Amino acid sequence: MTTTRGGASRWVENRPARGLRRLDLHELWAYRELAGFLALRDLKVKYKQAVFGVAWAIVQPLATVAVFTIVFNRLASVQSEGIPYPVYALTGLTLWTYVSNGVNRATLSLVGNPALVTKVYFPRILAPIASVLPATVDLVVSLVLLGILIPVYGVALSGTALTLPIWVVGATTTAIGVGLIFGTLNVRYRDVNQAIAFFIQLWLFLSPVAYATSSVPENWKMMYSLNPMVGWIDGLRWAMLGAPWPGLGLLISVVSSLVILTLGVAYFQTAERRFADVI
Amino acid sequence: MVGPAIEMIDVCKRYLLGELRRNDSIRDALSRTVSRALRPASRSHPEVWALRDVSLQLEEGRALGVVGRNGAGKSTLLKILGRITEPTQGMSRTKGRVACLLEVGTGFHPELTGRENVFLNGAILGMSRREIRQRFDAIVDFSGVEAFLDTPVKRYSSGMQLRLAFAVAAHLEPDILIVDEVLAVGDFEFQKKCLRRMAEVEKEGRTVVFVSHDLEAIARLCPSAVWLEKGSIQQEGSATQVIDSYLASAVSEGGAVGNELIRAGPLLLHSVAIHDEAGRRLDVLRRDARFSITVDLTLEERLPGFDLALYVVNSNGVRIFDEAWSDQGTKRPEGPGRYTVALTVPPILNVDEYRVGLWSGTAYETLVHQEVTAVFRLEGSVKRRPDRAVELMLPWEVIPAHQPAPAQPPDEL
Repeated sequence: MTTTRGGASRWVENRPARGLRRLDLHELWAYRELAGFLALRDLKVKYKQAVFGVAWAIVQPLATVAVFTIVFNRLASVQSEGIPYPVYALTGLTLWTYVSNGVNRATLSLVGNPALVTKVYFPRILAPIASVLPATVDLVVSLVLLGILIPVYGVALSGTALTLPIWVVGATTTAIGVGLIFGTLNVRYRDVNQAIAFFIQLWLFLSPVAYATSSVPENWKMMYSLNPMVGWIDGLRWAMLGAPWPGLGLLISVVSSLVILTLGVAYFQTAERRFADVI
Repeated sequence: MVGPAIEMIDVCKRYLLGELRRNDSIRDALSRTVSRALRPASRSHPEVWALRDVSLQLEEGRALGVVGRNGAGKSTLLKILGRITEPTQGMSRTKGRVACLLEVGTGFHPELTGRENVFLNGAILGMSRREIRQRFDAIVDFSGVEAFLDTPVKRYSSGMQLRLAFAVAAHLEPDILIVDEVLAVGDFEFQKKCLRRMAEVEKEGRTVVFVSHDLEAIARLCPSAVWLEKGSIQQEGSATQVIDSYLASAVSEGGAVGNELIRAGPLLLHSVAIHDEAGRRLDVLRRDARFSITVDLTLEERLPGFDLALYVVNSNGVRIFDEAWSDQGTKRPEGPGRYTVALTVPPILNVDEYRVGLWSGTAYETLVHQEVTAVFRLEGSVKRRPDRAVELMLPWEVIPAHQPAPAQPPDEL
């Protein structure tokens, strides 16, 4: 006997929604296991047929950092606030790769699973959110790598490293916010797939991944910090490498990140009711 | 005292054609917005009302069948009940946990093993991990694929995938079960198992909404039914009544001969039609009842040796039978006069679409040979085998091979 049966069960209504639809957190919680299963499926599929498995998660950041070091540090002599460039770049790259992977996956989460949208009911917002989760595996691997390389390059880890979860959670909100916007657009417009690659490339150059925020001209800095990745990456560098505290720029980034997340959720919730008819 | 578990009040669903399709690009959308701003009056997209003012109520623990032609709005109705899509107007509400089976195996991933897919699919259908674990053995048992549980599903045959997927669905324990045509797949044994399982679900006191073209299954499983026609409820009531009227509604608008006269020499063909036992003219009939093919003709002058043949061809192009007067020494009309000719067909044909061909003439000449004069469809359960053309129930005889031989009469030499 299921407990929901009988007089205790409530009516669940389906009627045309007017205006913004509220996010039903209670329902999201009830469906949390589904999010887990979807994330687990993506993970298993990702690693099942990959010969090198998790090794990719190690090789990729290392190779990228090597290229960055040669191109930006040696050739273009980009400054890294007195911190050895390889770990400086790897710190930025770790968070950046996590977010850009997450956004990419979220963008595809709905159009990649049309049957989920047209054949079953669940709070659809779980699909893009769940699709960000598998990116955390690469993130963890990359962070472990960072933890090993930091002392190798003679940088001392301090207590600030304990704030690591804050920056990761912050970056996750950004990934989900941007992912929701692109995921929703992608249901509606077919050229979003091409736009996303271009957008992410631009975003990379507008984020302090290969260079330091301090090299941005002072009067541009506030505008620059509207990119939430500025705050999260600078924060992580402060925590792990003892780079300067980002200050006001961080506040701007936090606000901007929350605004993006809110917009993403609102846009998704508004468009969601038509997904099954459009996809 | 049980109350309703499902209520729909004036539900309408509109689909816009042309707009809101994924093949839009952002550029298209922009140019459309611009042109709309310039010419605000041009905002007319062809629209389709998949449902119009549908209201229904279903008591808790009852089963409701939904019948109707393709495109009548059956699937849209289920999607609104299952909250997969929103109504354009009106309201639909359900009480308790709803499981909506519009497809079996939603979310199955070919790279994952059978076991992994059971958990994934179960979660997608709304089961908790604990519930899936509890019923896991039963699911595997039902599916009959336990030997391959740890094999990726991509190596399964399509039949095995289907069994596993249905097994998961069969072990849902929702308060309300909404099932689309999912039983139309799989072999007969499995279908039987599924129908049995659905009957159990109903006995357990769950509310069931069932869409199917298998009218026999609906009549068996559901006490009541609704008939959707062009998005509106045409009739609701007891399942047998609704099914009868649904079938009767398929009133023939005439076959290829139709209401157009065919004149060939002294012969005038008015119509070729199909009538059921009650004499109603139909073109969709039940598989399990006899029917007749009726020819209405006039002979304008005396025609000695006048002969007529009717044949029926199934959708594979197989001529199932071909009956002529001259085969049987039927008493033939010679004219002049108007005649109604009826050929009675016992319930031997399987579910399929058929066309009726007609030949007429004398031993010396052909007056008419029309390959398609009427079209009809038989509906119902394919019973054991969808592949057979006819079901004849021929007599069997089984004799043990090693019976003591009857005593031989002594040689008479």
